[in-house]
Amino acid sequence: MATAEEVAKAAERRDVRDRWLLSAPALLVIFLAATGPLLIVLVYSFLTPGAYGDVKWQFSSDAWTSVLLERDIFDDTLSLAAAHVTIFLRSIKLAVVTTIATLALGFPTAYFMATRSEKTRDLWLFLITIPFWTNLLIRTFAVLQIIRNEGIINTILLKLGIVSAPVQILYTDTAILIGMAYVYLPLMVLPIYASMEKLDFRLVEAGYDLYATRFRVLRRIIFPLVKPGVIAGSILVFIPALGAYVTPSVLGGGKNMMLSNLIELQFGQGRNWPLGSALSITVMIIVMVALLAYVRNAGKSGVRHG
Amino acid sequence: MPDKPDRNAIEVVNVSKIFGSGEGQVAALDRVSVSIRENEFFTLLGPSGCGKTTLLRLIAGFDFPTAGEILLYGQDIAPLPPFKRPVNTVFQSYALFPHMTVADNIGFGLEMLGKPKAEIKARVAEMLKLVKMEALAGRRTGQISGGQQQRVALARALAPQPKVLLLDEPLSALDYKLRKEMQIELKRLQHETGITFIFVTHDQEEALTMSDRIAVMSSGKILQVGSPWDIYDKPADRFVADFIGETNFLTAAISGIGNGKARATLKSGTTIEATVAEGFQPKDNATVVVRPEHAKLTKDKGELSGMVDNIVYFGTDTHIHVQLDSGEAFTVRQQNTRSAGCGFERGDKVGIMIGNDAAQVLRD
Repeated sequence: MATAEEVAKAAERRDVRDRWLLSAPALLVIFLAATGPLLIVLVYSFLTPGAYGDVKWQFSSDAWTSVLLERDIFDDTLSLAAAHVTIFLRSIKLAVVTTIATLALGFPTAYFMATRSEKTRDLWLFLITIPFWTNLLIRTFAVLQIIRNEGIINTILLKLGIVSAPVQILYTDTAILIGMAYVYLPLMVLPIYASMEKLDFRLVEAGYDLYATRFRVLRRIIFPLVKPGVIAGSILVFIPALGAYVTPSVLGGGKNMMLSNLIELQFGQGRNWPLGSALSITVMIIVMVALLAYVRNAGKSGVRHG
Repeated sequence: MPDKPDRNAIEVVNVSKIFGSGEGQVAALDRVSVSIRENEFFTLLGPSGCGKTTLLRLIAGFDFPTAGEILLYGQDIAPLPPFKRPVNTVFQSYALFPHMTVADNIGFGLEMLGKPKAEIKARVAEMLKLVKMEALAGRRTGQISGGQQQRVALARALAPQPKVLLLDEPLSALDYKLRKEMQIELKRLQHETGITFIFVTHDQEEALTMSDRIAVMSSGKILQVGSPWDIYDKPADRFVADFIGETNFLTAAISGIGNGKARATLKSGTTIEATVAEGFQPKDNATVVVRPEHAKLTKDKGELSGMVDNIVYFGTDTHIHVQLDSGEAFTVRQQNTRSAGCGFERGDKVGIMIGNDAAQVLRD
């Protein structure tokens, strides 16, 4: 006869096995859907471009070489591809600045929301999520309407006589940043708000009680405690901002190429799918490195060893 | 009781606090005035919603009074923000900073005051020793038990050497045994540090055992301020008598008032002597209170007579509920002895003897 302990163990094993079996189909679909396309992209990046797009099944590392380097057409020497490097740096800079801008706007917003009464909080949450209901393209064109030379801002400035000629905002880096900050702000506000809402505001009172000024309470108590939300929000903004396509194209006027435009170019007019694939994977690597560095750094500074 | 210097640490003068506005406004405090002496263990006692926590929060600076003054050693602190008041609070929920160690929590106030590092370190070590938490200095606050958190909260509030320490029901989350221990611990800390403690509780037993003086509050007003003995034995009115301990209320006709005494003729027809609070002129009909332990049950005739209704055993004593012949209920508390039962049974015809000086005429 099996002892009670053995029976319990067997039942537990059976339970675990059943759980795996039952979730296997879902796991399989998720696994294939997540890794399949990525694998294709990875394989394509090591192939030779076809004449009319597509790829020739012939191994080549040319695509990877030309991510950052270019081959001189006369003497075959390699040198840094200044154009690509510029595009990379511009995109990274835009993503970083967008993250900082949304953080600067989103943190006070989230704090404001979390300190409202429970009923009004829901209203604010609702208002914050409204932009999500609108298509990204439409939201971007809405920003365009506001900042263009005949737009609301310039009309008002001209009417008030503050400027004599319309201020050129559209098709500048500022325009891109305004659009990006607007589009990605909810992604920053929501995670910070989620952390902030869980914050025990009695800790804030305790801080005041222990002679901490408002600023110090913010820096020493509120910020460390909502940091998980800040990290999550930064990640949620940084990743799509790095690969943003629509907003920089529409508001930047296509003057300054971004990573996404560069990749799109390779799959379109450029007819260089392997390079497009290699660039895509490079973006992914940049994101992962940035995330690791960020999370590690943020995690470290959160712990104070007295 | 030890002699207390007459200096007042805190003076609350005509303070009102009104929450909300218009129709929905609620007066949490209604023209409250009270003086708290230096080095005193002062307790604000009352049921929930009586305004005791509101008063504490006004002293701490988390809320500001609608009217009135709060003086700390003669200086009006009512308009100051909490971080400018030399007053610290032990919160009901402890409110320890979860992202800091025990030591960092205790040192936080000193750090914010800009004290040099060496001084903070020494003071934190001293505080850890005071609350017997040296071994756990490096732990996060989430990794220690409720009782230990309580000690850290105390140490954190005491570390900056506040002029007054405010304690907002700090023991309510602890279990019975730990609470008893912490009561003694708190008394010891107060004695050792010499800091004025203002303690908020709804637990009358806690208030009686710990306090030098107690203010009993109800509906935003202070009903009586006095020593535990005053509050218990000379309750000013019905609410205080009812809230603190158990009491028997008897209606009586009052006559022959004088010399702090009066003759009270009970419903049963017997007349007993009862004390009258100073300056109080009772009407002809008043309520007389008798504490259950100040009456004695007898099988012979007493001042009152009735029938035993119920007997409840409490370990140290037994409560015997008697239905008086007049229809009123009366409880007698009788000390238990080891060898015998209480000596009465349900249905027994009994007499109740009310000792001299046991009865008091109440203000209604």
